[in-house]
Amino acid sequence: MIEARGLSKRFQDKKRGEVRAVDDVTFTARPGQIYGLLGANGAGKTTTLRMLATILEPTDGTAIVDGHDVVESPEKVRASVGFLSGGTALYPRLTAQEMVEYFGRLNGLDETTLKQRVDTIFSRLDMNEFRDRRCDKLSTGMKQKTSIARTLVHDPPVMIFDEPTSGLDVMTARTIIAFIKECRDRGKTVIFSTHIMTEVEKLCDVVGIIQSGKLLTEGTLPQLREKHGEQDLEEIFVKAVAPLYVEPEAR
Amino acid sequence: MSLRNIGIVYRKELREALRDRRTVVASVVVPLFLFPLLSVGFMSLVQNIANKAEESSPKVMLVGGEDSPGLLAALKATPKVEIVPATPDWKNRVMEKEVPVAVEIPPGFDKNLADQKKLEVVVYNYSGELKSEIAAGKINDSLKAYRDTVVKNRVVAQKLSPEVLDPFDITKKNIAPPEKSGAALFFGGFIAYIVVFLCFNGGMHPAIDLTAGEKERGTMETILSSPISRAHLVVGKFLLVLTTALATAALSVISMGISFTIANAFQAQAAQAGKETMQMHIGIGAALSVFIMAIPLAVLFASVQLTIASFAKTYKEAQTYLVPLIFIVIIPAIAAMLPGVDLNAKLSLVPILNVSLLCKELVIGTYHWNFIAIIFISTCAYAAVALSLAVKMFQRESVLFRS
Repeated sequence: MIEARGLSKRFQDKKRGEVRAVDDVTFTARPGQIYGLLGANGAGKTTTLRMLATILEPTDGTAIVDGHDVVESPEKVRASVGFLSGGTALYPRLTAQEMVEYFGRLNGLDETTLKQRVDTIFSRLDMNEFRDRRCDKLSTGMKQKTSIARTLVHDPPVMIFDEPTSGLDVMTARTIIAFIKECRDRGKTVIFSTHIMTEVEKLCDVVGIIQSGKLLTEGTLPQLREKHGEQDLEEIFVKAVAPLYVEPEAR
Repeated sequence: MSLRNIGIVYRKELREALRDRRTVVASVVVPLFLFPLLSVGFMSLVQNIANKAEESSPKVMLVGGEDSPGLLAALKATPKVEIVPATPDWKNRVMEKEVPVAVEIPPGFDKNLADQKKLEVVVYNYSGELKSEIAAGKINDSLKAYRDTVVKNRVVAQKLSPEVLDPFDITKKNIAPPEKSGAALFFGGFIAYIVVFLCFNGGMHPAIDLTAGEKERGTMETILSSPISRAHLVVGKFLLVLTTALATAALSVISMGISFTIANAFQAQAAQAGKETMQMHIGIGAALSVFIMAIPLAVLFASVQLTIASFAKTYKEAQTYLVPLIFIVIIPAIAAMLPGVDLNAKLSLVPILNVSLLCKELVIGTYHWNFIAIIFISTCAYAAVALSLAVKMFQRESVLFRS
């Protein structure tokens, strides 16, 4: 379970002054469900998910992840979370197996349990062929599988995916989508951010639309359709974000 | 502080470092081969060039002197020079380095000499040019010898003993033990300089790779999503940077020991041939002391490097910060080599300079325990401040996610 309570993140920008990247966001993601956070670039999705994964600390508010407070017990939260984003890369000079083992050890697994977990995951994801190959020699698909294995090794109850398919080809993206579904089917709490409407329609049980750091609307797809009087998700999204939408600034 | 977690990070970083060509080159190959090349290679090259120049017979042009057979005979008797006839453009030929030396003899030299008139012989050479300097030296020696003979003859003609020219002898005796002479002190300073330089250089690439490199490759976000605390993460990374810095220092001291043994063998040959030599020697005890004093310095370097490199967004950006720092680091090490700069209470608090000055003393076998204590404690204190700064940097989101 994830409960975000008034989650906010402000930072100082030289040009823009104080920026509210996330502004008083409250929502709940339940086990066995996929919560989709839908937003344009710069809407605040990544910052929200980074706060849930305790990579960033909230300026105000908090979140309870698997019973642990992100502000008070960040290390316990991280032990309960599997975090995967387009930006979470692999160590190039480690083999696929060493990479997964490293994260297993950091998550406190003993050597016997670690070996069992690694063997199980590598067989399930069909990774045995390249387990001893260095990460810098892996194909994109192999890398993505290794990243998945890395997030799964400690069998976390909560999975956080930040635009996990961004920049991937169709086949690799499908592997990720199938993996996210599998997490839900195993009863994990899943939160997933994207700006791709079809992914939301395929995957999400509950959708939250975010813009300028504010959670504008949320609900199941049928609820959103009813609330906004539109069938097409893209139309719903545009209607919801239009009042707050500003062109993202060049970085 | 969880030693288990620090150990996990350290072992992983070590494994990656050993697979990284750049780290292996900077920490193992450079210190192992730099000294043999610098000491044995460079010294034998210099010696070879000097020997060749010494053995060769440089051309000497005599301008004038046709009416002075006495002086000409003395000059022609100069060993290992080739006397060539003068040409009208003799000055140009010296300037063009075609002829190393020209000697201008005033007209009527022998006659005027016999009349005891004051005369001047001018030796034209190209200063700084090895052949020209050697030839000028040889000609100078011949002229001086000829002048001494003339003076002696004049004294004898006055019915005086030639000894009146040399009423007493001056003898200079060095009573400093050879291992503590000025040359040995300079040598000690040189070792300190090399250790300081390589300690810094050895840790630089891993420090960048483990911080800015991680940001650039996208692995920083990956590791920050794991349950390890940032303090443990930094300490694990810091230990790896320290290991490479110390490995570089240790290998450089070992390599120096071996190189100097070989260089000394070369020198011994030269000494047998009657040439002046400088024996270079570093004992096991001195080497070990230098290494122990290098530890807090390496801690300081590793922490500073991690702190600065973690601020950078990319490997290149970190390099632009750290490479100029090499000059700031080696300036105190160079200052320690200067004669007259000796260890005192004030200098023992100046980072880098203090360890460099101490290493200079340690190499010659002098142990000032009070200074050793001050230096060790002060350097440890600086290192602790730098390390806590590195930990703080890793806890700042604005640094880790700087865009």
